Amino acid sequence: MTVAAVVSAASVPAASVSAAAADSIPAPHIEYGVLSPLFVVFGAAVLGVLVEAFAPRAARWAVQVGLTVLGLVGAFVAVVLVASSDDWKGARAVVAEGAVTVDGPTLFLQGTILLLAFVAVLLLAERRLDPGPSGAFAAQASTVPGSPGEREATRAGAAQTEVFPLTLFAVGGMLLFPAANDLLVAFVALEVLSLPLYLLCGLARRRRLLSQEAAMKYFLLGAFSSAFFLYGIALLYGYAGSIRLSEIADAATQAQGSDVLLLSGVGLVTVGLLFKAGAAPFHAWTPDVYQGAPTAVTAFMAACTKVAAFGALLRIYYVAFGGLKWEWRPLMWGVAILTMLVGAVISLTQQDVKRMLAYSSIAHAGFVLVGVLAADDAGLRGVLFYLLAYGFATIGAFAVVTMVRDPAGEATHLSQWAGLGRRSPLVAGAFAIFLLSFAGIPLTSGFMSKYAVFSAALDGGASPVVVVAVLASVVAAFFYVRVIVLMFFSEPAADGPTVAVPSILTTVALALGVTVTLVLGVIPQPVLDLAGDAAAFVR
Amino acid sequence: MSFPYAPVLAAAEPASVAQASGTADLTWLLLAFPIAGAAVLLLGGRRTDRFGHLLGTLASAASFVVALVLWLDMAGRDVEERATIQKLWTAIDVGRFHVDIALQLDQLSMAFVLLITGVGTLIHIYSIGYMAHDPDRRRFFAYLNLFVAAMLLLVLGSDYFVVYIGWEGVGLASYLLIGFWGRNPAYATAAKKAFVANRVGDVGMSLAIILMFTTFGATDFVRVHAAAAGAGEGTLTAIGLLLLLAACGKSAQLPLQSWLGDAMAGPTPVSALIHAATMVTAGVYLIVRSGPIFDLAPTAQLVVAIVGAATLVFGAVIGLAKDDIKKALAASTMSQIGYMVLAAGLGPAGYAVAIFHLLTHGFFKAGLFLGAGSVMHAMNDTTDMRRFGGLRTAMPVTFVTFGLGYLAIIGFPLLSGFWSKDKIIETAFHEGGVEGWTLGVVALLGAGITAFYMTRVMVMTFFGPRRWAEDAHPHEAPAVMTAPMVLLALGSVFLGGILAYGGMLQDWLEPVVGGHGEEEGVTTLSPIVVTLLTLLVVAGGAAAAYLQYGRREVPVVAPVGSPATIAARNDLYQDAFNEAVLMRPGQYLTRSLVYADNRGVDGAVNGLAALIGGTSGRLRRLQTGFVRSYALSMLGGAALVVGALLLVRI
Repeated sequence: MTVAAVVSAASVPAASVSAAAADSIPAPHIEYGVLSPLFVVFGAAVLGVLVEAFAPRAARWAVQVGLTVLGLVGAFVAVVLVASSDDWKGARAVVAEGAVTVDGPTLFLQGTILLLAFVAVLLLAERRLDPGPSGAFAAQASTVPGSPGEREATRAGAAQTEVFPLTLFAVGGMLLFPAANDLLVAFVALEVLSLPLYLLCGLARRRRLLSQEAAMKYFLLGAFSSAFFLYGIALLYGYAGSIRLSEIADAATQAQGSDVLLLSGVGLVTVGLLFKAGAAPFHAWTPDVYQGAPTAVTAFMAACTKVAAFGALLRIYYVAFGGLKWEWRPLMWGVAILTMLVGAVISLTQQDVKRMLAYSSIAHAGFVLVGVLAADDAGLRGVLFYLLAYGFATIGAFAVVTMVRDPAGEATHLSQWAGLGRRSPLVAGAFAIFLLSFAGIPLTSGFMSKYAVFSAALDGGASPVVVVAVLASVVAAFFYVRVIVLMFFSEPAADGPTVAVPSILTTVALALGVTVTLVLGVIPQPVLDLAGDAAAFVR
Repeated sequence: MSFPYAPVLAAAEPASVAQASGTADLTWLLLAFPIAGAAVLLLGGRRTDRFGHLLGTLASAASFVVALVLWLDMAGRDVEERATIQKLWTAIDVGRFHVDIALQLDQLSMAFVLLITGVGTLIHIYSIGYMAHDPDRRRFFAYLNLFVAAMLLLVLGSDYFVVYIGWEGVGLASYLLIGFWGRNPAYATAAKKAFVANRVGDVGMSLAIILMFTTFGATDFVRVHAAAAGAGEGTLTAIGLLLLLAACGKSAQLPLQSWLGDAMAGPTPVSALIHAATMVTAGVYLIVRSGPIFDLAPTAQLVVAIVGAATLVFGAVIGLAKDDIKKALAASTMSQIGYMVLAAGLGPAGYAVAIFHLLTHGFFKAGLFLGAGSVMHAMNDTTDMRRFGGLRTAMPVTFVTFGLGYLAIIGFPLLSGFWSKDKIIETAFHEGGVEGWTLGVVALLGAGITAFYMTRVMVMTFFGPRRWAEDAHPHEAPAVMTAPMVLLALGSVFLGGILAYGGMLQDWLEPVVGGHGEEEGVTTLSPIVVTLLTLLVVAGGAAAAYLQYGRREVPVVAPVGSPATIAARNDLYQDAFNEAVLMRPGQYLTRSLVYADNRGVDGAVNGLAALIGGTSGRLRRLQTGFVRSYALSMLGGAALVVGALLLVRI
């Protein structure tokens, strides 16, 4: 699926009106230049599918990795060019017949997603930690685990290189999701980003059943939430007579029609968005999926999906439901508080590193929601900064998880991490930095991002939520520090896991994570300024 | 009150204190040598063991040479141009708060610098012999260098903030040196006690600096002293009392005197250094340096005088009963510093006199301590004077030098102590009124008691029958130890006369501390009468001691003695007092706080933590792993979300 198709499908209402008048079908006007990041990523993805079909098996992995990296880098360059071009600055606006908005937040979020996806792809491409032609992924996803078919596929050197085009499609959907200017485009983007993720989740080479179970759960619940989202769109269309965000906003201010229709629509759309963002009470899938999915995929999801989901949430809430602030704020207060408490409290008793990180991501979704509550540009700036900072830290943390291994694969049980700091001080130190950042300790990016969203929410009059947020941070800090204590102050088990030496790819990903986490903690101002400049939605 | 500080206020204008130039540019070298010495010896570790003592001594001596050069240079300049400030770098520049690390070398700091480096160097030399058999001699010299450097910074800083750095450095160095033999738990405790008592004083210092900043917006001498006249008397009194508290800590004055006796745990050269050249003189320096503040706060000034007078009697009384030669000398230091503080509390009339006594005391007390060290060295580290006696033949050099120090401290005519102590008593009487009479009589009485207990020390150690332990074979110390003793003895004899000749020291210090003061004093007793009275009292004290200890046999085991004797032996129950008034209530307070913390705060916190943990355990069970229950929770959530939105609108 390409953007052009999406765009033309979405612009049907406008086009059909003019078609009736001119008695012909005019070609939709597409601003290729400002949409180029999308085209580059989707183009690379389509090329990847072709590579899958035509390239010889031996060369496929290298070609796919190269193509993916090239696509992401190219798209990032395109984002930078669009953001910095003078022509474009005045024209920052709604494009593609009103289907897509390219404005400050869009470009910042797209840049963030591309950067994070780049780092995540480095983890996906890692093959030294789990030696084999397919790295951490199953040689052939369709074979039953342990079956003769699988053995044969492994022997033949089969590799699931579809991982890379799938990732690119997901990235494309993520780029479009926060840019969508009408709800139907948003829905399509949501599906484009979700479907590849469902597949990716089930591709783990080790613990296949857990992985496939995770994929199944994610798919079922994702479909369930999509239904809510779609139904919400239908109700809103029924209310406003349009799916364009700005027109829904206009209709809501004029207050014509049934409030029940409007508010039910808002509620159901919210359900779909909160599901993707992993907020309570729609978080139930997160721990199971994060645990079951291949760790590199988990890293990709945890960082990029969250950015895209919150980007879309921000746009829809700020643009379409901006006039309903007084209606949705109590709800969001409740959701934010519940999310933070559920994430922080349940993570206390987790015994699995990946599950712990999953609950931590739920808690962080709550913290980001605190920034959303501010409902002004300061809040937007804080959320943009938060997503960037959290994304790098979380990919780095999962990168460490991929490196701590025993003969059965990754050693994710917390008790196995005891004394890790004594055996591998560097890796454990990096993990400690990420945990401190999650806990919001000064001199790490986590502190600055928490400060940014909390202060924005405080100025926005949400002080009770900020109090809960700070308390939840305290609870959360407990289990982060507990892991640090476990790593550095416990005796290592004799037959405990070791830290495997990864290739340059994971090393670079980890180094980037540590660097960004520390740099944003010490000199956050340039990025905060950038986010501040970007923080204004075009309606 | 007339304003006696015209010269100082004139100097207080920033322009009138010359920026250091020419030879005065070398001021920083004073500090650089001992700091470098300490750094090399501490960082170099065991590699520097072989020459460590020589390097340390050399660093101190080099500093002394620089001091001499600077002194000659300063003396060669006109009076108005003598004070210089050398700015090294800016330490703090935040908003209105500006602190330069700058060294102010004026007549007052010059006097201290010469004393510290001069006497300090002699003590270094002596230590080469005294510590010859100690495996950690190198470390000892590193600490000595550190001590000297910190003390120099203290007297050279041109800003209370810089003084505070030196102040803390002195506290640290004294802790390290008193606890040098810290493997003995009692010695380690003594070091800790000194440190804690000093910390109490340090709090006063830091609060004073904070108060200065809030009042004047500055902490450097020039601006603070210039602006002092503009502040309210209440504020100035508060600053003065806080500075006094600081001075009490470092100078072992009531009520922070208790650490001094225990500080004898350190090697004897340390005692000499603490008591003569560094540390205890810091408090006197601080008060004299802050003269412009005290002069505007008569209440604080009076308290200073009272503290000094009380301490001088307190120390003297303790000295009467001590059988430990070092503790007797320590008590005498407390008493002599009391004299100086008393003088400093007398205002402009007394500042120069206080410094005068400080300088002469520096020489004879260092000499006495080094002599005591020499005796201990000879007597297998015994300090009990009841086991001495008759040492004058066995250790003639020590006997003569110690004897000259003794004569100096009791104020034997024409020796150093005579000039300076007499001056203090005289100045006290000059104050006039009830205050002057009381202080004068107390000072006079103190002189008598001093004569008594110092004679007692002298007689019990060097005269009478030999009461030595069986394995004692006293011998004279090596030349490296006796030479400094001889030099110090010379100072004990002549320094006072030289400095008193024609009011030389007072003239020298006048631009900094103000006029002589005789002119404005009330004539109560003429100087000659005071001198005669003092001599009479001193002679009486010495004679009484001789009758008691020289004519009668001194028992080897101390007799039980009267309640007064027992009280003095126990340092007048200073430790018991501290324990009862401060330590016990403090312990009760901490215990009750710990109890409240354990039961109340911890209980609440742990209970909360258990509650959250329990909640976590229960909530976890919601995560069943079944998609159906997840979907149900989502459905419930969706209903809640929509319901909440609709509810708001209703």
